[in-house]
Amino acid sequence: MATEVAGAHGHDEPDHLAPYLSQEAGRGVKGWLLTLDHKRIGLMYLISTLLAFFMGGVFALLVRLELFAPGRTIMSAEYYNRAFTLHGAIMVFLFIIPSVPGALGNFVLPIMLGTKDVAFPRLNLLSFYIYVIGATFSLYSIVTGSVDTGWTFYTPYSTTSQTSVVSMVLGVFILGFSSILTGLNFIVTVHKLRAPGLHWKRLPLFIWGTYATSIIQVLATPVLAITLLLLAAERTMGVGIFDPALGGDPILFQHFFWFYSHPAVYIMIVPGMAVASELFATFTRRAIFGYFAVAMSSLGLALVGFLVWGHHMFTSGQSEWATMLFSALTMLVAIPSGVKVFNWTATLYKGSIELTTPMLYALSFLVLFTIGGLTGLFCAVLNTDIHLHDTYFIVAHFHYVMMGGTVMAFVGGILYWWPKMTGKLYDEGLAKISWLFVFVGFNTTFLIQFVMGSKGMPRRYYDYLPQFEIYHKVSTVGSWLLLIGFSICAWVLIKSLRSGPKSPPNPWGSAGYEWQGTESPPVMQNFRETPTITRGPYDYHLCTDEELFDGFPEDLKK
Amino acid sequence: METMQLPPQWSTFARQVDWAFYFIYYLSVFLFVVIIGAAMYFVYQYRRKPGVKAEPTGHATVLEITWTVSPLAILAFLFHIGFRGYIDMSVAPADAMEIRVRAKKWSWDFEYPNGGHSNILHVPVNRPVRLVMSSEDVIHSLYIPAFRVKKDTVPGFYSTLWFEATQTGETDLFCTEYCGAAVGTTEISPGDPNVGREGNRRHVGHFSMITKVRIQTMAEYNTFLESILRPPTDPATGREATPEKWGEILYRSQQCNTCHSTDGSAMTGPTWRGLFGRQRQFTDGSSANADANYIRQAIIAPNAKVVQGFNGVMPSFAGTLRDNQIDALIAYIRTLR
Repeated sequence: MATEVAGAHGHDEPDHLAPYLSQEAGRGVKGWLLTLDHKRIGLMYLISTLLAFFMGGVFALLVRLELFAPGRTIMSAEYYNRAFTLHGAIMVFLFIIPSVPGALGNFVLPIMLGTKDVAFPRLNLLSFYIYVIGATFSLYSIVTGSVDTGWTFYTPYSTTSQTSVVSMVLGVFILGFSSILTGLNFIVTVHKLRAPGLHWKRLPLFIWGTYATSIIQVLATPVLAITLLLLAAERTMGVGIFDPALGGDPILFQHFFWFYSHPAVYIMIVPGMAVASELFATFTRRAIFGYFAVAMSSLGLALVGFLVWGHHMFTSGQSEWATMLFSALTMLVAIPSGVKVFNWTATLYKGSIELTTPMLYALSFLVLFTIGGLTGLFCAVLNTDIHLHDTYFIVAHFHYVMMGGTVMAFVGGILYWWPKMTGKLYDEGLAKISWLFVFVGFNTTFLIQFVMGSKGMPRRYYDYLPQFEIYHKVSTVGSWLLLIGFSICAWVLIKSLRSGPKSPPNPWGSAGYEWQGTESPPVMQNFRETPTITRGPYDYHLCTDEELFDGFPEDLKK
Repeated sequence: METMQLPPQWSTFARQVDWAFYFIYYLSVFLFVVIIGAAMYFVYQYRRKPGVKAEPTGHATVLEITWTVSPLAILAFLFHIGFRGYIDMSVAPADAMEIRVRAKKWSWDFEYPNGGHSNILHVPVNRPVRLVMSSEDVIHSLYIPAFRVKKDTVPGFYSTLWFEATQTGETDLFCTEYCGAAVGTTEISPGDPNVGREGNRRHVGHFSMITKVRIQTMAEYNTFLESILRPPTDPATGREATPEKWGEILYRSQQCNTCHSTDGSAMTGPTWRGLFGRQRQFTDGSSANADANYIRQAIIAPNAKVVQGFNGVMPSFAGTLRDNQIDALIAYIRTLR
């Protein structure tokens, strides 16, 4: 059928009813690079962010390898400083911030909303190219001397460092616009393009999470942009903003930086939570317990996230009053985070739980995020944080949230939506083996870092005192397990692309809108006709388990 | 006492911090076991079985409100613990002894009340000590795990930190704010605590900005203070400086040179060239021979007699300069003929 319609439209016009991956939907390289289709843009984001994850991962492995033994192991101190800076900067700005919204959000959000595309398809493509340009600046910085400031660019170190700080800062500045445009696009899409019948209380939790994230992206990112411009102005033109020698204030930089970068933590974790909610619903065959509370807790995190930036600065010399206030406000973060964890756990109760690989990743998310959240208490309580600040305890804490949380959810989400994106199934057995390596490897790498940190091992150290050697050794071995796990995972995906069996439209038996209403892979305009939503995204009780795979009876009647 | 997770408790703060740490620790372990234990049990108990449907999700408003609101009580208590501990850490006792800390890439300089310096921090046991800290270049952070204290040193800004050590001994002091690294390797000085680990050349940077805290009894500490006032090493000979050389070093380090020249020209104060043994006329009409006693008097009580043609603006160095330092300055002035 696809070919008939393609003939009718001629060669250059994309065929809106052809599968989006087919030649009819857009020809050759041009059909991809100039596409306005959210699914193709989503896949381009997926490839770019996975490349960034690979690069950031290589730097992480180099950092861990250097720390395997005391003294020089594989590189000099200057190169170690570049390696951990690039690991952080790439993972934060090039990978994790665009990962779920850019790749999964772009692909899934319009389909979940029952629409053909995002509100501004051209803006969507623009935001991808802005991402590419920003990434190019960052790569330029890497090859022209690189950066050794840490991803936080603290002044006056960053204004005096001999490395290529300005090009990296401009890269991050540009990447910010990509983030803002994606956020803006999603907000408008959620408000204006919901299918008939899809009122707010029927929105999938992935949409709620992405929506909350978009709000943070739009409101917080400009502050980073301003901060980085001021930094570049100070470095290149000697304008005294942050350097005390020029009449500036170095603490001001930290306030500006964290005013963005703390909300950015929620830009990174809320989408992970959003993915996890979908996974829990599908693989328990049950609506998420406390749907309203879970949806609102995403918005709650977005709000509270703006009020707690000073907790990165308890030892910085900011006023004692500010420190106390930020500690108190930081406690509030525990409420929406706790609500989510409790609700996901309650969702498992009396569910019909299938331990597919995406579900294993969702459960990993639950376990690791809980550890990441609980260890956050040590960092929010003032006197314990004074001891733990800038030690490996902090490193472990945020890796449990960012990697144990977001990355687990991201990988789970990729596998979950993989059949929808590619129309192919992947090897579940091999995927489970890779999950095991990732889960065990992650905990081997990072659990011991809590102990190391609470014993006083500072972070960003090229070398360490003999009493810390055993912890570093174990942690490095864990990083190798992670390497094995992610390598197998990559192989699972490549193998599926090359020789995976064709996927049915709804291989998981999910009631989600994106599985029920579309083919796998979807056609160019997602739906053959505009869907009318008559039920919620998790209404598993409205049909039998068998009917799930073919469509709800009431939908089929129409 | 050393516990599994934390360094030895060597300051008055340590018990309080550790109590908070272990309270949160056991609370977290409890919550983790309950939540994740329940989740794992559900995963096993409600695993997918043929013909068994998931139970439709109902509402449990009371339960939801409970787990939304009740954590607030625990959180308020946690804040309270941290707040109390932080207040104690923020306010130094009025009688705290002050040590001036200057951080720079990549070493620490500690200056004691008598004007002496060291690269290892010496403190007396059972005495509150207040560090007044600054940085000469980028931000650093002083961290003593055994004391549970940490504070950034910021250029253009004084930050303070206090503690009271409870035990004599030696423990580690780290820089915990990333501050870069030197290019290539550097030869290390014999006094470097890291000497011997990798031969005499090593990488230097943030990670090597480590030193020791030596906690001593009051008597040992006082002996140490005396010892740092011995003449410094003369860079030219590598041995202890002669009194004349030490005087020259003090001329600069005590900034005598901002008012007194050694080339005969008058600045804010009279020149030191040819001063020794010369007859001085004072503003009150009296006169005296500039011998050792006169110079000593001019350093300790400079404005008792002011030389004609100058204003009495020099501060007293009583208490700042020890006797042997004054001797050294006199010896130096004698060489300026």
